[in-house]
Amino acid sequence: MGLITPGLGLIFWSALGFLIVLFLLTKYAWKPILAALDEREKSIDEALKSAEIARNQMANLKAENEKIIHEAKIERDTMLLKASEAAKQMIDEAKEKAHQEGAKMIENAKATIETEKLAAIEDIKVQVGILSLAVAEKLLKRNFSEDAAQQKLVEELVKDIKLN
Amino acid sequence: MARKFLCLSILLSIFWLGFSNSVQAAGDGESKTGFILPHVMDNYEWHFATVGHTHVTLPLPVIIYSPDQGLEFFLSSDFQNHETHKFGKDYGVGGYFIDENYKLSAADPSRTFYDFSITKNVTMMFIVIAVLLFLMLNSAKFYRKNPGAAPKGIASFIEPIVIFVRDEIALPNIGHKKYLKFTPYLLTLFFFIWVGNILGLFPEAANFTGNIALTFTLAIFTFIITNVNGNKDYWKHVFATPGVPVPLLLIIVPVEIIGLFTKPFALMVRLFVAITAGHIVILSFIALIFVFESLAVGVASTIMVVFINFIEILVATIQAYVFTLFSAMYIGLAVAEHDHH
Repeated sequence: MGLITPGLGLIFWSALGFLIVLFLLTKYAWKPILAALDEREKSIDEALKSAEIARNQMANLKAENEKIIHEAKIERDTMLLKASEAAKQMIDEAKEKAHQEGAKMIENAKATIETEKLAAIEDIKVQVGILSLAVAEKLLKRNFSEDAAQQKLVEELVKDIKLN
Repeated sequence: MARKFLCLSILLSIFWLGFSNSVQAAGDGESKTGFILPHVMDNYEWHFATVGHTHVTLPLPVIIYSPDQGLEFFLSSDFQNHETHKFGKDYGVGGYFIDENYKLSAADPSRTFYDFSITKNVTMMFIVIAVLLFLMLNSAKFYRKNPGAAPKGIASFIEPIVIFVRDEIALPNIGHKKYLKFTPYLLTLFFFIWVGNILGLFPEAANFTGNIALTFTLAIFTFIITNVNGNKDYWKHVFATPGVPVPLLLIIVPVEIIGLFTKPFALMVRLFVAITAGHIVILSFIALIFVFESLAVGVASTIMVVFINFIEILVATIQAYVFTLFSAMYIGLAVAEHDHH
């Protein structure tokens, strides 16, 4: 058992012991532990990556949302503009139409009045004719002795007839 | 953390003092420093303390193989005087005896025999192995039961060290392609030495990792792994160093060949010396107390023992790290694929 001379027995036992420990620990400890560490590191890596992807997606989504909202706003504005234009147009058209309708009605009324008037004149003419005939008849029924007087009467009658 | 460290050191020191006390009580005055060397060396029995005249010892098996008598089993207590518990030439059994310097000899000097005894250091190694298996199998169980979970308990203690050995020792020295192949060996090496160093610091424990037979064995393992895995570049570098003129090769090649052996030799000596020296320093400071038998020296020595214990806890870790690091470097040199030269 020297201090600096290695003893055969201890070399034998320590070699045996170390080999057994090396075998057991490699098989039952180091490999499972290293595999677990590796797996965990990978899963952390993946988690970080997927978080990054999710964040990017969120950002994209947000940008898209904003774009959609922006577009919607523009669309709303144009719709409002169109609607107000249409309303204005409709009001204008209605006004125009009312105006035209009114004018037409007045025209019609005028035409009717004219027709009525003509009809009335026609009627008067007929009446005048009838009256003339009646006068003529009365004159004829009388004798034409008093020529001058009769002439005067006829003239007066004719004067009256020429009202039109 | 620092407080725990301090507490541990003081605790260890107190144990050491108690231990030396018991040693001193047993001493017969012939040498007040005589307990130092037997402590750092291997022994056939495990002596814990002597209380009065009662020796608290653990007798260990003595296993001898000889070509003529085959395997023989004894107990270390068979070789002792039953009253004084001392080994000696007069207390031989079966043709063998253990002398006062703890050397096993055959009564007939011409006989050859091989000593495979379960000595104090072998017993210590079994304890280290048990602790290692307990720690590692328990933490492996955690990973098996909780895949993907953050480590807890023993696993949270082991994991940073495993990652350190993998990422700071194996990976940079061996390289991307092959480091995983050697990581289990380096991990085993690190924990084996580290646990051995730390447990060896406990009083009454054996100076297991400070024994040259153990450091020799570990260095041999690194030597074998290095050279078995050596690639073409590595051997070319040894036997036909590129870029060196032929006449110079006559000098370079022997140097390179010697270099193959000096590397593990350095590993062996470094660990042995660092740990043994630490133990000797601690024991020497304790021995001073009994040499001077003065209160002042006692106080000063105790403070120094605490201080050295601090350092020894660090040394235990550093030496485990250094041994593993250099093993990784040697393996890395052997498997490196380089296109320069």
